[in-house]
Amino acid sequence: MAETMSVVLNVNGSGRAVSVEPRKTLADAIREDLGLTGTHLGCEHGVCGACTILLDGEVVRSCLLLAVQADGAEITTIEGIGAGDDLHPMQQAFSEYHGLQCGFCTPGMILAGIDVVSRNPDPTPQEIREEMGGNICRCTGYQKIVESVQAAAAVMSTEGGSA
Amino acid sequence: MKPAAFDYSAPESIAEALDLLAEHGSGAKVLAGGQSLVPMLNFRLARPAHLIDVNGVDSLSYISANGTLRIGSMTRLTALGESGDVAGAHPIIPKAVAHIGHRAIRNRGTIGGSLAHNDPAAELPAVLMALDAEVTARSADGERVVGMQDLIEDRLFETTLGDTELLTEIRIPAAAASSTSGFQEFARRHGDFALAGVAAVITTDGSTITQAALGAFGGTHATRLPTAEAALLGAETGDAAFAAAGAGAAADFPATSDVHGTAEYRSHLINVLTVRALKEAAGNSGGGNG
Ligand SMILES: Cc1cc2nc3c(=O)[nH]c(=O)nc-3n(C[C@H](O)[C@H](O)[C@H](O)COP(=O)(O)OP(=O)(O)OC[C@H]3O[C@@H](n4cnc5c(N)ncnc54)[C@H](O)[C@@H]3O)c2cc1C
Repeated sequence: MAETMSVVLNVNGSGRAVSVEPRKTLADAIREDLGLTGTHLGCEHGVCGACTILLDGEVVRSCLLLAVQADGAEITTIEGIGAGDDLHPMQQAFSEYHGLQCGFCTPGMILAGIDVVSRNPDPTPQEIREEMGGNICRCTGYQKIVESVQAAAAVMSTEGGSA
Repeated sequence: MKPAAFDYSAPESIAEALDLLAEHGSGAKVLAGGQSLVPMLNFRLARPAHLIDVNGVDSLSYISANGTLRIGSMTRLTALGESGDVAGAHPIIPKAVAHIGHRAIRNRGTIGGSLAHNDPAAELPAVLMALDAEVTARSADGERVVGMQDLIEDRLFETTLGDTELLTEIRIPAAAASSTSGFQEFARRHGDFALAGVAAVITTDGSTITQAALGAFGGTHATRLPTAEAALLGAETGDAAFAAAGAGAAADFPATSDVHGTAEYRSHLINVLTVRALKEAAGNSGGGNG
């Protein structure tokens, strides 16, 4: 077994030191070492998008990064977007517009949706479909996800804020 | 699944990376964006003893446009696709980059990784072949410059780079003033690997085609399309020449059958996509390969 390495993961605004083997993916470290199980793992080869997080503000696949590579970077997971009564407009819209059923893909969808709207404040349904083609949902048929992202975009632009 | 254990180094300079490559040789793998390598690690299709992570080598990440376009191998695909210098010199590059995976993939994936990985369905090897690009490969023993066709030959999922070589730079010669380009691919969903695709760059003198370079992907390996290029040289732009090029492209294309489509279907696609790419190129005028 390879030596473990000490790294600091700055997750959702707080720095946490963990000791990990180099082979541990960031997704596994987030779930197992930090106990933040909102980040889901589906395919583990970058195709499904369930493990999407923000790394220094950019959407990335946390299953395709090693935890040791994220040392010192700013990581945002779904837990940092909003929880309980304090939901982000994207989460609120997914709830109101039935953008989820089983919920497995939802954390990745929310983060990808926030990223799309941050770059394109008023996306068309076609643009949303193309931009979010990297996030797979097996329940909804996508229609409601597209509606949710559009509704969130409208709220986010009037609030003038994003993530 | 989870990766098998490996040792990990994160050099901060090219020299340090080259020393590590010299020391670990065929047991080591360079980790660039990880968008192809980490899936292979997760599935244990690759089990390197040592990973050399070059993400901390800042001097491999740059775009310099001064005649020849020089691009550091660690330049992310998002940066490549959004660069005004790249779009100004070779607008076919951002067009192609938009088809690579999804935003999350492009935020990490690199130009050097895409070439070194050499997926036969990848866009960039074929595009850079059509643009007559060269790459620099460095090892502790020195540096060599390799043309795209010599880098790829007829290989897939590997290149002619040696075990101890690091791909450091991509060099793309300036386009002729009157050159134009077209890029066409067919994939079942936006962002999926293409079933077939074509990058076409043509130069005309009035309506006579004086230079033609076509790169294709989605076959057994990335390739130029010499029969199609020959059909275009000296011809007048228009349907007749483009149809001849399409037929030539289908003859040249190393089509293969798999679960996504038959070789016959892919050859048909290459024919149609070649005609479309040429029409697109002919419709684009003004500026370097518009
Ligand atoms: C869901 C998904 C969809 C994708 N869709 C597409 C697509 O449509 N088209 C496409 O072209 N690609 C696609 N990709 C692949 C993506 O473009 C990769 O980023 C690219 O193939 C590899 O680049 P990388 O920087 O991630 O390299 P890595 O994964 O880090 O490395 C790949 C290989 O290249 C070697 N290597 C990397 N850099 C160097 C270097 N500088 N010198 C020597 N060797 C090096 C590594 O050792 C490894 O063997 C997709 C990937 C995913 C996960």
